[in-house]
Amino acid sequence: MLSIILILFTSIFFTGIILRTKSITSGRKGPGLMQPIKDVIRLFKKGAIYSETTSIIFRIAPAIYFSTVFMACLVIPFGSYKGIVSFDGDFIFFAYILALGKFFSIISAMDTGSSFEGMGASREALYSMFAEPAFFILIGSFALFTGNTSFHNIFSSLHLGSSITYTLGGLAAFVLIMIAMIENSRMPVDDPKTHLELTMIHEVMILDNSGFDLGLILSTGYLKFAMYGAIIADFFIGGLSFFWAIPLFLIIQIMFAVLVGIIESFMSRFRMNHNPQFILTLSSVSFLIFLGVLLVLDKFV
Amino acid sequence: MNYITINNQHSVQVNTIPEMEYDMFYNINISLLEDHPERHCVLYFGYRETKMIRLICCIADDIQHNIMVSSSIVRSEAVLNSFSAKNLSFERFERELHENFGIDYSDHPWLKPVRYSEYRIDKSKTIKNYPFFSIESEELHEVGVGPVHAGIIEPGHFRFICNGEQILHLEIQLGYQHRGIEQLFLDKTKLIQRTTLAEAIAGDSVVGHTTAFAYLMETLSGTLPGNDVLYSRTLAQELERIAVHTGDLSGICTDVAYQLGSSVFGRLRTPVINFFQEWCGNRLAKGLIRVGYNPFILNNVLAERLNSILDAFEPDFIEMNGELSKLPSSLSRFERTGTLKYDQLLSIGTVGMSARMNALNRDIRMSHPYGSYPELNHEPVMKHHGDVYSKVQIRKQEVLQSISYIRQWLSQIPQPQPHPQPQPQSVTLRPDSFAISLTEGWRGEICHAAVTNKNGELVVYKIKDPSFHNWLALALSVRNNEISDFPVINKSFDLSYCGHDL
Repeated sequence: MLSIILILFTSIFFTGIILRTKSITSGRKGPGLMQPIKDVIRLFKKGAIYSETTSIIFRIAPAIYFSTVFMACLVIPFGSYKGIVSFDGDFIFFAYILALGKFFSIISAMDTGSSFEGMGASREALYSMFAEPAFFILIGSFALFTGNTSFHNIFSSLHLGSSITYTLGGLAAFVLIMIAMIENSRMPVDDPKTHLELTMIHEVMILDNSGFDLGLILSTGYLKFAMYGAIIADFFIGGLSFFWAIPLFLIIQIMFAVLVGIIESFMSRFRMNHNPQFILTLSSVSFLIFLGVLLVLDKFV
Repeated sequence: MNYITINNQHSVQVNTIPEMEYDMFYNINISLLEDHPERHCVLYFGYRETKMIRLICCIADDIQHNIMVSSSIVRSEAVLNSFSAKNLSFERFERELHENFGIDYSDHPWLKPVRYSEYRIDKSKTIKNYPFFSIESEELHEVGVGPVHAGIIEPGHFRFICNGEQILHLEIQLGYQHRGIEQLFLDKTKLIQRTTLAEAIAGDSVVGHTTAFAYLMETLSGTLPGNDVLYSRTLAQELERIAVHTGDLSGICTDVAYQLGSSVFGRLRTPVINFFQEWCGNRLAKGLIRVGYNPFILNNVLAERLNSILDAFEPDFIEMNGELSKLPSSLSRFERTGTLKYDQLLSIGTVGMSARMNALNRDIRMSHPYGSYPELNHEPVMKHHGDVYSKVQIRKQEVLQSISYIRQWLSQIPQPQPHPQPQPQSVTLRPDSFAISLTEGWRGEICHAAVTNKNGELVVYKIKDPSFHNWLALALSVRNNEISDFPVINKSFDLSYCGHDL
């Protein structure tokens, strides 16, 4: 229960922090922290316009997209406190419920028949496909390490170990940050600020969405960020009491958002054909974690 | 002699231009260009003379510093041999002739429309029924961009044929911005109207175009502008180059999503264009250049102000460029992106910065100097890779070069001459004359030409913006690149839509 409240709370200002960081690094004052949420509220008040070429898929996709991410948030624990839903193998549920949402957003983009959106959809599908092994090797290693297969059990038993868990946690945080950047279509894989359809990935898929639907898609993006931030925080908070865990959770979320802002300010986007290489590198980092786990557990023959 | 040799910004009597049969005209101009990379066609146009069409071809020689002009008279229903079959740089000129006068060519590669103007001869052809180049294929896909631009700059339609992410072919269809400027020059007879028109040809090259226009009017009317007039025009030209190049660097950084570069270059551009505001009351330098006189004298106060602006500009500009060229993620976007070879650039007649990116030396400041340039011994900045990064480096070095020129000029401000009258309301043009005026705008060579009749009225006013030739360079340079690299390649050329569409 606590985790979903905290995720919802951080998602309100997460994107605001990224934008603010980017503004400050470029010498501007920037919008308020609440501006992204205000934008979403404004969009929620509007009606949506649907192109005549689209079908029912296009209309239901934003709602499915939002609800899948919301459901994924439900399985995330907060330290030693369970998420609302928790069962053995829930990280597989987590990965594929997100994939379901992505599938709908991809076919809704194809539904519009626009050549831009088809291009964006193909890129998004490709990059998610490359990111998937990284996530599974990562979580699988921790499952092996702790001998558990649910998020809650993995995280609560993780911190009983030695300082090696924190090393693995650090590596895992790196992989998860990068997966979060890919899944949220941020730099260096995608540029959320660009106006150029030809270089977009995620933005181009939602070109035809408007009003309420667009609001849903945007808020899903905010929620997704906070969700990945929560998983990263979980690697570190472990068995701490509320008194320490909640501030630590917020600090990790804020640091994550600032880091995203800094990456987006001081580097260029990758060339499109370098993205798959970059994403596959994440799998190899995950594999490193896997080897570390094997070493610790003396599984090498 | 089969051609007359004139200098930049000089006029001659029309009847002294040698007139010949089309076949001879064809052979002479083709042989002038053959194996002479230092020569290129600056203008090839036609105009109606009674029932016939007079063609005039101007070929500039960069080593001899002159322009060779020849002419021919043809019938509008004639079917001619195409220059383009031998020399591709005539391709767009001949399309224009076909469009405006109905001249047909037997071996032109593709007579596609240049613009959809109301002056075109065949009004049944519109953009609505234009047959775009297409490929019958299951594997390839077409992506159409525009005419409404995503960044709301100017309209143009780009149609890509792609194999996945890779561009195989790009067709650029322009003409949406056509305003009939060349015709307006004939319709509007007041000097101030014409000057304002020249300022409106392309908003980013106000100084370049207005200077070309002013020199053309001065040579046609025999006015000799004073030293201080030449001085301000030249200084304004270099200042415009600094401002636009810096703005373009900002745009290039935006297109590779490098926020720091985008905002720093954007900030640096502002004080430079604001100086124009202080100088002449307009940030784009509209109103600064007038025929025959200098309305805004650069006094010592302004000179000091400009000096301090440049002093603040230069270190930041150098530092930011240093950061940009050290950043691996930017370099990986710039290097080997949108490459054109020397031979390609030469064959399609590329001019200006886009030519200099791969060792093709086209710079009017050096080849046909005007204004204060003859005393300068200008050395064009040349690069040898022909990619986006070459253009980034050219911009950086040209800005630094322009700063050093301006510093040099600011130490020797000429005494303003007391001009005879406030501003000439009109100028009397020499009758039956032809004149051509070339200037080097920041984008490249700007060419204006005019022909007068026996009463000294304009019968044709011809404008060629550097974009006219360079759009084809863009279309060729994106081949085999990724479609997601198109925006940065496009920005690195930064061509003008309205300058092309006129």
